[in-house]
Amino acid sequence: MSLLEVEHVVVQFGGVTAVNEAAFAIDAGRVTGLIGPNGAGKTTCFNVISGLQRPTRGKVHFEGKNVTRMGVHRRAKRGMARTFQRLEAFGSLTVRDNVRVAHDISQGLGGIVRPSKSDVDALLERVGIAEYAAERADSIPTGTARLLELARCLAGDPKLLLLDEPSSGLDETETDAFGELLRDLAAEGRGILMVEHDMDLVMGVCDEIHVLDFGSIIASGDPAAVRANPLVQKAYLGYSDEGPAVPEGSIEETRTDLPVIDETTTLPVVDPAAVQEATR
Amino acid sequence: MSSFIAYTIFGLFSGAAYAIAASGLTLTYTTTRVFNIAHGALGMVMSFVFWDFSVRQGMPTLLALFLVLFVVAPAIGWFIQRFIARGLGEGPVSVSLVVTVALLVGCIGAATQIWPPESRTVLPFMVERSVTVAGTNVSAHQIITVLLAVAVAVGLYLLLNRTRIGTAMRASVDNPELLKLFGGKPESVAALSWAIGTSLAALAGILLVSQVGLDYYALTLLVINAYAAALFGRLKSLPLTFAGGMALGLIEAYSKGYLPTDGLLSKVGNVIAPLFLFAVIVLMPQSQLRIGQVKGIVTAPVPSFTKSVSWGVGLFVVTLLFTAGMADADLLLIGTAATYAMVMLSLVLLTGYGGHVSLAQFTFAGVGALAYAKLDAPNLGGLFLAALIAAGVGALVALPVIRLTGLYLALSTLAFAVLMDKLLFQADFAFGFGGTLDAERLSLLGRQVESTQGYVMVMVAFFVLTGVLLLVLRRGVLGRLLIAMRDSPAACGTLGLDMRWFRVGLFGLSAGMAGLAGALFAGLRGTVGAADFQFFASLPLLLLAVVFGVTSVTGAVLGGIGLMQLPVLQSDHPSIGGLFFVFIAVAAIALARDPNGIANVLFKSGHWLDRRYGTQVRAAIPILPTRPPSRDDSGDSPDAGGPGHHHGEHGHSHAGDPVVVTQEEVGAHVATRG
Repeated sequence: MSLLEVEHVVVQFGGVTAVNEAAFAIDAGRVTGLIGPNGAGKTTCFNVISGLQRPTRGKVHFEGKNVTRMGVHRRAKRGMARTFQRLEAFGSLTVRDNVRVAHDISQGLGGIVRPSKSDVDALLERVGIAEYAAERADSIPTGTARLLELARCLAGDPKLLLLDEPSSGLDETETDAFGELLRDLAAEGRGILMVEHDMDLVMGVCDEIHVLDFGSIIASGDPAAVRANPLVQKAYLGYSDEGPAVPEGSIEETRTDLPVIDETTTLPVVDPAAVQEATR
Repeated sequence: MSSFIAYTIFGLFSGAAYAIAASGLTLTYTTTRVFNIAHGALGMVMSFVFWDFSVRQGMPTLLALFLVLFVVAPAIGWFIQRFIARGLGEGPVSVSLVVTVALLVGCIGAATQIWPPESRTVLPFMVERSVTVAGTNVSAHQIITVLLAVAVAVGLYLLLNRTRIGTAMRASVDNPELLKLFGGKPESVAALSWAIGTSLAALAGILLVSQVGLDYYALTLLVINAYAAALFGRLKSLPLTFAGGMALGLIEAYSKGYLPTDGLLSKVGNVIAPLFLFAVIVLMPQSQLRIGQVKGIVTAPVPSFTKSVSWGVGLFVVTLLFTAGMADADLLLIGTAATYAMVMLSLVLLTGYGGHVSLAQFTFAGVGALAYAKLDAPNLGGLFLAALIAAGVGALVALPVIRLTGLYLALSTLAFAVLMDKLLFQADFAFGFGGTLDAERLSLLGRQVESTQGYVMVMVAFFVLTGVLLLVLRRGVLGRLLIAMRDSPAACGTLGLDMRWFRVGLFGLSAGMAGLAGALFAGLRGTVGAADFQFFASLPLLLLAVVFGVTSVTGAVLGGIGLMQLPVLQSDHPSIGGLFFVFIAVAAIALARDPNGIANVLFKSGHWLDRRYGTQVRAAIPILPTRPPSRDDSGDSPDAGGPGHHHGEHGHSHAGDPVVVTQEEVGAHVATRG
């Protein structure tokens, strides 16, 4: 049983189909990438999984339980956490208080145990933003704010992490460190689903990749397989640079019923006058 | 049978008028995202103008009607859009609610000022003409009303679907910025929809005025009928809105006709609209969390514990000295101010911290007063039980709307306030019709506080205690959560917070604080009645809270004193009584976008004085405490960052946030975000 199973999810906005029969699964202890061109439906998928968007059809199973109609906060209580493409940090709180709020929420408001400052700071240290602890969250750089959203998720010790473009805004060194962090988090047994545009990061960190295009999964597999998939290249680049767009030996060999045309073939000669006569 | 037909015809008539009002409301809301609570009040003012033109100045009816509907009303609508409501739609709901509540209060003030209370009548159109249908007399006025409703429906359909500007109106619903890019003019679209909306409010008011009478409040409450009908159409569909208006009119007529004429049920006919509204709200679908709205936050400073305690003790001592040897009448005024300040404190929690607007805080105070008087246990136990009952009622009001967002919550509080005012407070088991209840003064430690001064000091002590408690909450877990919820509801949800129940709890807590104030007020006065807790009183309360600063305890103190002064000033200067309302409305409109209000100006000037003269004064009087190390003495809680303008750099979502950053600032953020 996979940690998360997305089954034939369809999301329609008016007449537009944003997600079309998307189906994939996420396993615990692995990093899974969800990639695709802009507008492919990646964030909508995230919204469906985390409960911010009700699917038109289809189901979402989390740890074997159907959560399709479950509220956002109840999914979170079951161990889902997500970050946002457009940041949703609590801008008027400090970085440290952002994590504190997340702790408070996950412990329940009646929880007697409040997180100690060192617990919170250890978490900030882990994602690498400890130096920003006392700053307001709306004054820190975008990349840092994304890491803050990750730290906030981790405060609830989630089983499934949904990360929406987590590395944008990070420089190369930071991205490398972030990749290592992801591997560590997966090694702790968490399932990670990541929407990401940085292909080096995706190819380097993910165990498995699903490619979304026009709302449908067009390819799945390990990074090497996905990289080699011509459909993926076509989706990303509009054409495929490996071999012809149509794989060899498909049409010509299968359609044996068609006449073969070569130099020896004599084509019927059409008399224009006769055509005129016939169409009059 | 013939009476059934008579009620049906009457229901269709009033339903048609409601439908006209509701379609105006829906039109304005869908094109500008501003829900105009003053819709009924504008209709009321226009009805007075119509009376002025047609009766006082003796113009022909048709001319007066033409002038009101096609000149005065559109002009006022345009003016409101241009100078008051512009840009409100993109801001937090709480700001546009406060501004339109201010409009409502301003309309009432202006009407009472221009047309002081006297007996006025507006005759129905073609008063002597009628036809008989199935043995029932149908007046020409009723037929005209239904025909006009049909004409409005057809006209709006043609406007929206067959004209260029109508297409632009529908487009601006979806995205005014995009419309601008494609060469449309969202501003003129908004102005047109406000002009038409005001005209329709005027038409509905004029059609109903011969029925309900030229009354400042009755016509103002038309907004609840219109709102119920508009909600029936989900604030989108005009056909459903018309159906809702008709349904409401018919239910109202039948309930007037067939409910018993004595007992509690006899009054239900007066409150069909609020009841209908609750029913529609309960049936509304769940609203989804929204992500990615850029808003900013400015919050008043949160003082440290020691500082708030010392200010509280200071307030207590000053009041003690000030009230020594004061006459009882003046002491009652101070006690009233303390009551108002405590009710405003409940708004600081709900609106200032939580970003939700309630239009029924005085009603909750009334529930507390009623419970205190009924319990007849004038001790701390009875007092807290009364507050608890008010808290329970508050939670009950929030319960049907927990799935929905700020606007619905605010409007259902208005409906609740009307319901209590017109029905329950006057019931025999409550204060009784026009009646009062006796309440004894509180006993502390077995001894009754008999002297008025002593009682006022008890009230001040309660105010100080709740104020300090509120600030402790603000600095702790609850305060952090409230800010977090305002900054990003979506993030709170995905972190596992059930905001619906949190909101109900917050609402209950706020209602409980108001109830405590009401209970103390009952003890202060000795007798309380329904007249002390009319629905309208909550509106100036909200406005003054915003004007004086709804984000700080200081603002509540100032606001309480201000609200206490209002009736005093009005009775001292009866010739300009209405102007005071207008003045409050103007101030609230001016300050709505900065809910820190006048209190924050005081904080700023205090800091300025300290920087300018603090050193000398401290040198001269060495026992004064030294200046705190920084301007905000709030540790690492930066939301207390004082008057410095902080705002979200990222795509924060604050559905109920009281402050919007300006368009330029948003632009700057987008640029820096890169």
